[in-house]
Amino acid sequence: MALFRRVKSLCSSTIRGYESSARHQLLYRCLGTSTKDTVVRATLFPGDGIGPEIASSVKQVFKAAEVPIEWEEHSIGTSVDPQTNSFVTFDSMESVRKNGIGLKGPMTTPIGKGFRSLNLTLRKSLGLYANVRPCLSIPGYKTPYDNVDLVTIRENTEGEYSGLEHQVVKGVVESLKIITRHASLRVADYAFQYARSNGRKRVSAIHKANIMKKTDGLFLQCCREVAEKHPDIVYEEVIIDNCCMMLVKNPSLFDVLVMPNLYGDIISDLCAGLIGGLGLTPSCNIGDNGLALAEAVHGTAPDIAGKNKANPTALLLSSVMMLRHLGMVEKADRIQKAILKTIEEGKYLTGDLGGKASTTEYTMAVCEHL
Amino acid sequence: MALSRLAPYFRRRCSVTRPIPAAERRWDGHCRSPQSTENVFGQRRSITYMPRPGDGAPRAVTLIPGDGIGPLVTDAVVQVMKAMHAPIYFEEFEVSGKMDKIPDVVMDSIRKNKVCLKGGLATPVGGGVSSLNVQLRKELDLFASLVHCFNLPGLPTRHDNVDIVVIRENTEGEYSGLEHEVIPGVVESLKVITKFCSERIAKYAFEYAYLNNRKLITAVHKANIMKLADGLFLESCREIAKKYPGIEYNEIIVDNCCMQLVARPEQFDVMVTPNLYGNLVANTAAGIAGGTGVMPGGNVGAEHAVFEQGASAGNVGNEKLVKEKRANPIALLLSSSMLLRHLQFPAFADRLEQAVMGVIKEGVHRTKDLGGTSTTQEVVDAVIAKLG
Repeated sequence: MALFRRVKSLCSSTIRGYESSARHQLLYRCLGTSTKDTVVRATLFPGDGIGPEIASSVKQVFKAAEVPIEWEEHSIGTSVDPQTNSFVTFDSMESVRKNGIGLKGPMTTPIGKGFRSLNLTLRKSLGLYANVRPCLSIPGYKTPYDNVDLVTIRENTEGEYSGLEHQVVKGVVESLKIITRHASLRVADYAFQYARSNGRKRVSAIHKANIMKKTDGLFLQCCREVAEKHPDIVYEEVIIDNCCMMLVKNPSLFDVLVMPNLYGDIISDLCAGLIGGLGLTPSCNIGDNGLALAEAVHGTAPDIAGKNKANPTALLLSSVMMLRHLGMVEKADRIQKAILKTIEEGKYLTGDLGGKASTTEYTMAVCEHL
Repeated sequence: MALSRLAPYFRRRCSVTRPIPAAERRWDGHCRSPQSTENVFGQRRSITYMPRPGDGAPRAVTLIPGDGIGPLVTDAVVQVMKAMHAPIYFEEFEVSGKMDKIPDVVMDSIRKNKVCLKGGLATPVGGGVSSLNVQLRKELDLFASLVHCFNLPGLPTRHDNVDIVVIRENTEGEYSGLEHEVIPGVVESLKVITKFCSERIAKYAFEYAYLNNRKLITAVHKANIMKLADGLFLESCREIAKKYPGIEYNEIIVDNCCMQLVARPEQFDVMVTPNLYGNLVANTAAGIAGGTGVMPGGNVGAEHAVFEQGASAGNVGNEKLVKEKRANPIALLLSSSMLLRHLQFPAFADRLEQAVMGVIKEGVHRTKDLGGTSTTQEVVDAVIAKLG
């Protein structure tokens, strides 16, 4: 009954339009899987470098906020697992698959040949087809851009990242960009569903179909087909170079952006730059069957690892995305507000934000603001 | 050469006999601190330009007004050139993006004149016709595209101290035009990178940096993913870099590059890029420095040079802009100043540049994209009034 009420209230709030605090919400595909009372198991990869410190920050905040999540912690193996051909063990992959939800800190792939990178392994094995990054200006952390509130949705499986390259003759190299109808429709569909469930009004497809007429043309065609099913959401197409220019001139022109792989990579990082960098940008990967793996996309920062200096904001905000995905909207809102308030107050900021606080102090401040 | 740039130095030192240290010289027309251009308006060069006999003979320049706002902004250039009595005359040709190809007579004219000024040509999205802008570059082998993105004194933007030159490979890469449907629903596009083209663009970038006293070249790539293609590009850049020990060289991944551009653009100087990345980087850089409406640029090959609006050169504006005649002519006017410098008419180049800068600095006559309400003609009239 409680669940039914929740669904109802969600629907009506979508219709009424959202207050801005709720604009970050991920799709509630897993609505049925959790309620306030049941404990959800989630896989946690603390990762390398500063990973364990910021992951413990997340655990601490979740505990303080009484989030009903039980972490299943997995570390990266010390040798290559033959079943995954990577340092990610088969057990870890199974854990994410079983739980359907996970959180991942930064990881480094050891240098060497004969195995796949960690991120690639996760992406391929879990079928993570879309990368979602909400970019919201954080009050209190000043950048030259103060009205950013957009979401980038990137196709994550094909395009320029096909890995198909060869030397034709000496000094001539070809690289293949693959666009398929299947993958394009899937990501477009997700983008519109995301826009709908988050009360967003507009979806912009970013492309370069004036030059790559067939590949990007197919991507656009798929977006148009999906757009037709969502007449209430405004659909537009923007050429990528123009998009770059518009983003830096006036980022508030955009709402939800959906793009093929490479453009998504570039634009999502550009947008992260607008709000202050990867240390403040959450990210979530969406896979088949509603699977979600939230992650911090910044590096492992080996220089400050273990020194209690790391900024856990990106991982915290990613965990908030995870909670929204699980339908724990209330907890998500509480934690997000606490994070934003801590940064806005400016008393306990880590070194990268111009403060002097330690990871622990920052985490304590967030807990107090809950 | 913009000797006018040296005027502040001369004045500060009160001596024209003292040589200016090479490190302080900048020949490309713009300097890192926008303030130092403030006092140059109306200043004469201290050391004169000594032409060869006959250098004053008018030169023919092919003019392609193009589509949309193209005729409007190219007409602005024609008017200003006329007002200056610049030693050039235009051979004008009607070309439209709707044509299948650029007419032979136009190509012949550019081949003969070696220099062309052009407005944007509309490109149909997703149609069967290939872009005429791209065709022109390929046929004339204009392998390098150059866009200069810099803060204009008096035009406030989110970032200061932007002075970036993006040099982009213009003939291959993602723009190869090789695409096909493998099976229904699966399409392939080929990105072609060759050693030959990568080397020559790298060479051009370093040569540019050397001739303009620029200190740093950044190669933009995605070699972590496209290991062979972008790897070849980087390898070529590294080889050329070795021949220029006086110019610093570094590399940056394209996504990080765009992030750095919106965070700390002052770290960049000259960028050298494969085709697509250059398109994105140039537009981003133009955006942070004031918009594509003010950034000059051109395309150049071994034989020919085509000058156009720097970033978004294919942009033809919308109907409203054309109807109301409010397109911004600044980018193309500055490109024309580049053209005059390219033809070795330094004094004319300086006059045009200073007049345009003066109008921007005053801030009275600005088009809508710069926050004003002026029409194209009002800006042109203001520029003409400022010509010294």
